[in-house]
Amino acid sequence: MTTQTDRPQSFQDVLLRLQTYWAGQGCAVMQPYDMEVGAGTFHPATTLRALGPRDWAAAYVQPSRRPTDGRYGDNPNRLQHYYQFQVIIKPSPPDLQALYLGSLRAIGIDDALHDIRFVEDDWESPTLGAWGLGWEVWCDGMEVSQFTYFQQVGGHDCHPVSGELTYGLERLAMYVLGVDHVMNMPYNAPDAAHPLSYGDVFRQTEREYSRWNFDVADTDLLLRHFEDAEAECARILDAPEADATGRRIVMAHPAYDQCIKASHIFNLLDARGVISVTERQAYIGRVRALARKCADAFLQTEAGGAGGVV
Amino acid sequence: MPDLLIELFSEEIPARMQPGARDALRRLVTDGLVEAGLTHGGAQAFSTPRRLALAVEKVGAESPTRHEERKGPRVDAPDKAVEGFLRATGLTRDDLEVRDDKKGRVYFARITHPGRPADEIVAKVVEQTIRQFPWPKSMRWGRGSLRWVRPLHSILCILSDEAGARTVALEVDGIRAGETTRGHRFMAPAPFAVTGFDDYQARLRRAHVMLDAQARADHIRAEAESMAFAQGLELVEDRALLDEVAGLVEWPVVLMGEIGEGFLDLPPEVLQTSMREHQKFFSVRNPATGQIEKFVTVANRETADRGATILAGNRKVLAARLSDARFFWENDLRVVNEKGLEGMAEGLADVTFHAKLGSQADRVARIEALAREIARKVGAKPDLAAEAARVCKADLQSEMVGEFPELQGIMGRYYAQAAGHDDGVPEACEEHYRPLGPNDEVPAAPVSVAVALADKLDTLTGFWAIDEKPTGSKDPFALRRAALGVIRLVLGNGSRINLSGDGMVRHVLATANLLGIKEFRLRRSRLNYEQAFRLLSKTEPSDLSDDPSDVDTSARDEQIRSQAEGLANDLLAFFHDRLKVHLRDQGIRHDVIDACLYDHGSDEKRADSDDLTLLVKRAQALSDFLKTDDGDNLLQGFKRANNILTQAEEADGVEYSFGPDPRLAETAEERAVFAALDRAEQAIAPAMQAEDFAAAMRAMADLRAPIDAFFEAVQINTDNQVVRRNRLNLLHRIREACLQVADLTRIEG
Repeated sequence: MTTQTDRPQSFQDVLLRLQTYWAGQGCAVMQPYDMEVGAGTFHPATTLRALGPRDWAAAYVQPSRRPTDGRYGDNPNRLQHYYQFQVIIKPSPPDLQALYLGSLRAIGIDDALHDIRFVEDDWESPTLGAWGLGWEVWCDGMEVSQFTYFQQVGGHDCHPVSGELTYGLERLAMYVLGVDHVMNMPYNAPDAAHPLSYGDVFRQTEREYSRWNFDVADTDLLLRHFEDAEAECARILDAPEADATGRRIVMAHPAYDQCIKASHIFNLLDARGVISVTERQAYIGRVRALARKCADAFLQTEAGGAGGVV
Repeated sequence: MPDLLIELFSEEIPARMQPGARDALRRLVTDGLVEAGLTHGGAQAFSTPRRLALAVEKVGAESPTRHEERKGPRVDAPDKAVEGFLRATGLTRDDLEVRDDKKGRVYFARITHPGRPADEIVAKVVEQTIRQFPWPKSMRWGRGSLRWVRPLHSILCILSDEAGARTVALEVDGIRAGETTRGHRFMAPAPFAVTGFDDYQARLRRAHVMLDAQARADHIRAEAESMAFAQGLELVEDRALLDEVAGLVEWPVVLMGEIGEGFLDLPPEVLQTSMREHQKFFSVRNPATGQIEKFVTVANRETADRGATILAGNRKVLAARLSDARFFWENDLRVVNEKGLEGMAEGLADVTFHAKLGSQADRVARIEALAREIARKVGAKPDLAAEAARVCKADLQSEMVGEFPELQGIMGRYYAQAAGHDDGVPEACEEHYRPLGPNDEVPAAPVSVAVALADKLDTLTGFWAIDEKPTGSKDPFALRRAALGVIRLVLGNGSRINLSGDGMVRHVLATANLLGIKEFRLRRSRLNYEQAFRLLSKTEPSDLSDDPSDVDTSARDEQIRSQAEGLANDLLAFFHDRLKVHLRDQGIRHDVIDACLYDHGSDEKRADSDDLTLLVKRAQALSDFLKTDDGDNLLQGFKRANNILTQAEEADGVEYSFGPDPRLAETAEERAVFAALDRAEQAIAPAMQAEDFAAAMRAMADLRAPIDAFFEAVQINTDNQVVRRNRLNLLHRIREACLQVADLTRIEG
């Protein structure tokens, strides 16, 4: 049934197959959001579009940054910059589990040979004021995806409910390709004119960012940036709904950009170890307050369903 | 009578919720049937990851017709009242009967509730059950508003009897009940119809689903044990994991694999924890070496390669996990080798234990001081106890415990050994947390006991000092468990500690001072622990106050001391309450404990009631003794003497405690009591000295016969006042003799 050519040959092959598969299921294939985020969920295509009554279906890859996970490119599994593949469909279709299993087949995981399991894992993002119920999906004991039915985002109940899938691409690809160290994974086709490994592409940046994240990032400056982003977010949302010519334009997205910024700066500060345990909760609360305001604003926009859905 | 079969088929139900869900399903459905007047036979609930099922035998075909009679308003009542009655009963005026009542002519309604067929009742009960299901956490999905643990896909609901099976007409939020279900997600996904429970279970089995969780667990255990046995190994028992894994699979396939060579030298606890927590693997041990050499994983399907791919994948994931564990282990050992365990503990100064109780390092300092103080009482060398206390929390700073909090203490033992500690110190690092629950073993090694007691007493005094006591069901800091821990440590080791004096009072004060707790109004310049501790010994002059205007420092000292003592007394009362619960579980009655706890005729507790070992020894002896014939003799003899004496004392307003004179005895029986008392007292004194309470009580019991004979022969209230007083004084001497072990007046019955 499975032949050699059915299996992906490289990291990008896995990514492309997921895109093609979900495009085939009717998702809009979007591009990464052009800001630093900690996870694919932060993309407004998920966070904001999970809100409101309008249908939605999107799939995209999102480069994600987790400064505390940096290991200078030495650890076989840990990276401070990695890729998540994200699928969000609203309302969640009744066959989402089957669709998901189809995506595993598309990247060469044959469920006749593997043990695929849905193990309870509820998702919560304190910074986004969001939570959902679902599972981590195990393939032969390894977590390959997170599967969540969103219940709340930005403090608002989701109605209809979105189904969200998150694939940790490096880990998944390493498994599919049978690679033990992420840096040794073929990035493009091994028989390409210029074959590149994941390490060729990312080893240098992992080293540089690990040093910067842990030792060099200017914490005073970051703290100021955090405050600035927080203030700008509030300023944007405080602007009158009508512009100079009288058009009603609620600026949920620009405000949300500032929320994303504040969240990432918080992660950087956390990596520098300058945030104490008690302060930590306070910072998370401040980001959550921004996310909540942005969610409120989004629901006042047309895309958020204000004025009714036609 | 038909049998009922219900299956609620959903996406994967968390394993931990399945047992509760089975109970809830059975309870809600059977209660609902009974409430609607439908009888039923046995009911059994089942669960797999994807389904909850209930089989109810012999459900009544219909509920009985019921007649109800309701009294309405008087015939001459306003129309509004009559109309209201008609609305409430659903009748018309013609349907009503008029009867004579005490109040006049009154309307009566006879309402007939016709019996309803089983189908109708079942449909309603099942819908209600689904809508009210008590999931610990539930969710919505799609556009719907129904809540279930995960999306609910189908409902199977059939009633079956000899005539065949019929589907119960029922619909919940667009899900219409049917007679079909599905098998294993991958191995037999096609839907199929069933005709009853036996058919359902058999067809599921053919479709690679074992319906019964217990059967799955039994299967997993048997397979795993025989696989291990075949290689001369043994499965490490883990009941909780077994139940969890049984809730994760519909078709358990047990596979055994190798742990990589490079990981076998990790501590077995690390291997076991990492495998259990991350992978839900069982550990397989070599009984000869105690080392864990293999793992068992449970897959949810059979494969053409007999699980080879699955096992290889699992092994790979495990290797990555154990690489992390080895990385932590090596880093931790490096820290310990370079800086010692004290070095590892340095970071504790930055970890808050509780905002008002300082850092973990502050706490360690207090535990160290207290452990040193109580060491000798439990047979430990003070220096060793202090050393153990100093390092007992160090492993909280290790990377391994950071990753696996449940390894706290265990890693402490390994790291203490690596750092060269011995003489019971490494064991104390592990054991000082114990006992963890009512069934956990109590440490016996003296150093462990000293640190374990100090740890728990510091927790209790600390939270008492900042007034964070448990209330009702709220006990966020597990203080009841800590108190029970102290009780079991003391009793289990027969330790003779006066908790108030040796532990609490001075510790409260020293703690309050160290933390600068205002309520104690201690002086601002902090004393160190030993200074504060010493200041409490009343012989030394001190100035504990922080108020410069205080002239009379000794009065202020006294006030602070009494405050600390008040707190310690309150805490002691908490210990006594926990002790009563503990002893009640061991069959010692409440009144027996009270009799040993209080002084006679007073609400004050005995001065030695903070020596729990002595208290329990007394209570145990009394409890045992009361079950014997001598116990009855003691109680009856004492009560007879005491009742008459108490009446006389109350009537006369005096206490007859002058001591009786044998020369005033008039009868042989009276003289016999004197002689018996002389004998008894001679026996009681040394028995009490030796804490042989049974012997003391036997001596007291011997008094009964002479007392009985005495009461038969003589009249206490004779006209001769001298003789009367002498006899009452004699009764008093009996009472004094009998009250030495316990206040027998508190014994009920």
